[in-house]
Amino acid sequence: MESFDFIEIKVPAKPEYVGVIRLTSSGVANRMGFSYEDIEDLKVAISEAVTNTVNHAYEKDEDGEVTIGFGVYENRLEVMVADHGGSFNLDQVKQNIGPYEAAEPIEQLREGGFGLFLIDALMDKVEINSDSGVIVLMTKYLHENEVGLDDDQISTTQ
Amino acid sequence: MNLTVDVQEQENKAIVLLAGEIDAYTAPKLKETLLSLTEKQGNKVEVNLEQVNYMDSTGLGVFVSGLKSTKENNSELKLVQLQDRVYRLFEITGLIDVIDVDKTVQGGY
Repeated sequence: MESFDFIEIKVPAKPEYVGVIRLTSSGVANRMGFSYEDIEDLKVAISEAVTNTVNHAYEKDEDGEVTIGFGVYENRLEVMVADHGGSFNLDQVKQNIGPYEAAEPIEQLREGGFGLFLIDALMDKVEINSDSGVIVLMTKYLHENEVGLDDDQISTTQ
Repeated sequence: MNLTVDVQEQENKAIVLLAGEIDAYTAPKLKETLLSLTEKQGNKVEVNLEQVNYMDSTGLGVFVSGLKSTKENNSELKLVQLQDRVYRLFEITGLIDVIDVDKTVQGGY
């Protein structure tokens, strides 16, 4: 079986903890050797997933928690964001994602619901499971062409 | 992990200087300030994002509600001096065609 390190963090589903998760994500991705650009993408995508959970918990007036799991693999980072309990209408969420159209009347522009669209745009793979609570699983690969010169030297000596 | 909102008001014009991060935690304060300015009839509101080093869709939502408010109150909203990463979110979401966004740095070429 493919070996990986797993890091799990649980925080209260409150807006003030979204930044804490963002800093942690940045640290994990930096350790893995992701580029600056990719780390920024990860920060936005993970924050979006956590924010969705926080807003969802708030709407329902629940004192929920959000669990974030980082699967650190050789070639990729898998991030799981889960809120426990609470139902979620996935079809409704899917209807509300997509880019803005310039032709759309301003009065009809959405002010929210952009999170999943951004996650999809910024990550390589996104899966959502809403059977019990909501789990967003997203993956970003470490790209070969971002490997530094030092690594090339190692490969030539093999 | 905070956002400072500094407003400089002149006659029929307001400049909002932002510094820090716009996310679920900081957005409500920004929205409140922004809407209080766009709700003034004919007001020209310029938001400077030069010192904003992080923003997510919560921030996009704030500016969309600001834009809606300008249409109701005959005011104007313009975002200036965005960092590349922040500008990119407006591009990805198509908002760049809807909101007046000028990323050029003042005094630039």
